[in-house]
Amino acid sequence: MSIATADFGTSGPEAGARSEDYLWTLNFGPQHPATHTTLRIVLKLDGERVVDAMPEMGYLHSGFEKLGEHLTFNQYVTVTDRMNYISPMANNVAWHHAVETLLGIELTPRCAYIRTIIAELARISDHLLSNGAVGLDTGAFTFFLYAFYQREVIYDIFETLCGARFTNSYTRVGGVSQDFTPLVIEKIRSFLKTFPKTLEDMERLLTRNRIFVDRTKGVGVLTKEEAINRGATGPVARGSGVTRDLRKDEPYLAYGDLDFQVCCATAGDCYARYLVRMQEMRESLRLVAQALENLPAGDIDVSIDQRVARPTKQQVYSSIEGTISHFELSMANRGFEVPHEESYAAIEAPNGELGFYIAGDGNETAYRARCRPPSVLHFALFPQLIRGHTLSDVVAVLGSLNIIAAELDR
Amino acid sequence: MPSTPPSVDDVLAALTARVGSLETSVSRGQTRVVVPESLAFDAFAWLKEQGFDLLVDVTCVDYLEYKAAKHRYGLVYLLASTATNQRLTIRVFLDDPDPSTRSVVPLWKAANWLEREVWDLFGIRFTGHPDLRRLVMPEEFTAHPLRKDYPLQGRGERHNFPVLTRDHS
Repeated sequence: MSIATADFGTSGPEAGARSEDYLWTLNFGPQHPATHTTLRIVLKLDGERVVDAMPEMGYLHSGFEKLGEHLTFNQYVTVTDRMNYISPMANNVAWHHAVETLLGIELTPRCAYIRTIIAELARISDHLLSNGAVGLDTGAFTFFLYAFYQREVIYDIFETLCGARFTNSYTRVGGVSQDFTPLVIEKIRSFLKTFPKTLEDMERLLTRNRIFVDRTKGVGVLTKEEAINRGATGPVARGSGVTRDLRKDEPYLAYGDLDFQVCCATAGDCYARYLVRMQEMRESLRLVAQALENLPAGDIDVSIDQRVARPTKQQVYSSIEGTISHFELSMANRGFEVPHEESYAAIEAPNGELGFYIAGDGNETAYRARCRPPSVLHFALFPQLIRGHTLSDVVAVLGSLNIIAAELDR
Repeated sequence: MPSTPPSVDDVLAALTARVGSLETSVSRGQTRVVVPESLAFDAFAWLKEQGFDLLVDVTCVDYLEYKAAKHRYGLVYLLASTATNQRLTIRVFLDDPDPSTRSVVPLWKAANWLEREVWDLFGIRFTGHPDLRRLVMPEEFTAHPLRKDYPLQGRGERHNFPVLTRDHS
């Protein structure tokens, strides 16, 4: 492979260092416990100090966008599960949000609230893992276990809700696959009661921990201008003082009705990103609590001639209309009407702006299903953030960017 | 900055005054503008000055099998403003045999990897790009898989991938 000898084209002024013999090259990944995912970074080191880094991706590329041109809107949701696999519910919501934008479907209030709740639970589980992993990589193993235990509780909620813990495939065009049962609501309520205690414990463990603060404060600083110019979104941008949050700026689902704050920090270092994620979990808890208490009654699916929405099993077995629409959903050209249009819609996913650009051509299959993955733009930031820091900071910076390779490569 | 930011329509009117009449359309509340390839870079530079400081995405659609399409490739630039939260979609259409356009990396560094991905998957060349290499496909790959004339299951390239041995990796 020619990667090791490839030109470090992004280095710019440091290009003169290329001829220096004392620099040595370290291959970090693609299989390394601290990358957490399958990605590769070729580091140029001067002793312990990182002179330059060249991120390399594509090890998990499996053609998700090509598949999107061959799977129907409802089938493709199973593929979105596998993009950002630490918050699959948020991907489900993002995909069908984009599809419904293209088709012009208005959700029922209950469905909008349910999707808000699961998207926020997905955000909590994402932030638990990404902050937990930062802790793990900088030596705080106990913190990671506290975080991962709470992820289990969220997995249990999702399992009770839709039968799957990990690859949920929960949403459908114009609705969701299962309604909230009293048991699900009970489990979310008990999570809301117990989680703040754990969150406090976690903060006490790490937020003022000398070792952790020393390893993350002032490391990987991203300025506000750079963050915007390089397309950072989500907690990475908010850690640098960019106040952009699509939940506030372009309220979708039920976010317009709910009271929450956008969490920002100005330092732009790994510690700031950690703080933003910790605070966002508290705001997410508030959002879930509000949405759950105000959960509207009614249908979870929109009923456009009973076409877009999947009929219930009761309807399928007891009425001719239900049976017909059940079969129509699996027949070509009998489903919903797709305009010859293109549209982009994005949600504030845990990792940043997750959007889908969909071109429709009258079929139930997208003509083009482009995923705008936040991880790609964040991984491109990496050389900028690590230059001048030491080798041990690589894992801290990488963890704070929360790169998910499956979403990176698609 | 003015107290009331100019609406997208005002920005478009000013853009039209600068580069000539443009084809615009609105769908689902999203404003799209088709800019000719020769004027695209100047239009982007001007739009960036007008406050569209965030390049959300650069992607492409291959219109080979699309009904009533006039051009083969349609580049999509999604712009947004972090100050006013306005969004604007710019379309640039390209055709074979040499689909290429000027890179916007000098304006937005975010375009670096996004344009690499478009080059990788669609084979559209961005002139002036600092590092136009393949992003997700292997370097040895010769096709551009998201083109519509590329089959879903590939053309058997996997069988011809070089086998890396311990001595030659």
